[in-house]
Amino acid sequence: MKRTYLLITLVIALFVMPFFIDHGGEYGGSDDQAEAQILQIAPHYQPWFESIYEPASGEIESLLFTLQGCLGTAVIFYVLGYYRRGRNENAES
Amino acid sequence: MQKSLEKFSLTGFVIAVLLILAPQEAFAMHIMEGFLPPMWAIGWWLIFLPFLGAGIVRLRHIVQQDSNQKVLLALCCAFIFVLSALKIPSVTGSCSHPTGVALAVILFGPSVVAVMGAIVLLFQALMLAHGGITTLGANAMSMAVIGPMVGYLIWRISCKAGLRKDVGVFLCAFFADLVTYAVTSVQLGVAFPDPQLGMTAAIVKFMGIFCLTQIPIAIAEGLLTVLIYDQLVKRRLVHAWSFSQ
Repeated sequence: MKRTYLLITLVIALFVMPFFIDHGGEYGGSDDQAEAQILQIAPHYQPWFESIYEPASGEIESLLFTLQGCLGTAVIFYVLGYYRRGRNENAES
Repeated sequence: MQKSLEKFSLTGFVIAVLLILAPQEAFAMHIMEGFLPPMWAIGWWLIFLPFLGAGIVRLRHIVQQDSNQKVLLALCCAFIFVLSALKIPSVTGSCSHPTGVALAVILFGPSVVAVMGAIVLLFQALMLAHGGITTLGANAMSMAVIGPMVGYLIWRISCKAGLRKDVGVFLCAFFADLVTYAVTSVQLGVAFPDPQLGMTAAIVKFMGIFCLTQIPIAIAEGLLTVLIYDQLVKRRLVHAWSFSQ
């Protein structure tokens, strides 16, 4: 258990750490930077295909990303919880 | 045992802290829709399709042999889903996300990841305008084929070398993540060679940017994978210290 906490703490520390260092990064989506980088190398490149559906705003995009995370988390913890019960039954029998 | 894990994680942590000292503009995500020239986009798709087919065959085989495995397969897929939804701030001042493929690689081998990765990438391309349909072949090759293969190799080597299992899990996740983005930078470098310095220079440039941003995120991914692997071992879903295949 202690080990679980240690791991979680380390992960949180890794996530939070960048905010305590200011190098003027904007924490923007890196997609735009990638576009800029490519256009710098190949200035006349035209994207030849557009996304079929694009979230109407940043809010809706984050909603969909959250949904994705939630669905995954739900499955993970359902499985973990399900087998926790199974383990106890095994221990009793 | 506890001691050596702590030491190990702390080393990774220190490396991450050191990286803070190297600020750099960076991007590290899937290749955007339409941003690979048609020839490359189609080429990568053609290369990816056999892997997808092999993955489906393997998946069917696993489920037919033991339908209880469906639960674990769902768990692996969900883990990829969650981790690819996490856009994590990196020390370089931009955000990128982990891949989460290592769990599936360790439990089922690299071939099934092709299917899982394709599902997640498709979801993100259709719903989130992240990555794209045309670039899905290339993105899937990096995230769901080559990354997992390297991760699997690392996992087997660390098993053979008698490393502790959790260290092996960490290394597998770490390298699968890093290699994914290294491959992405190669894909971009090949498609967009530097006009003056050529292809290699472009690849090196992309690679230099990528690896720095991705290292702390790869460490986080490694730790998260160990976290869930521990829970599976605790529930006897994974045979504690043996390879489950």
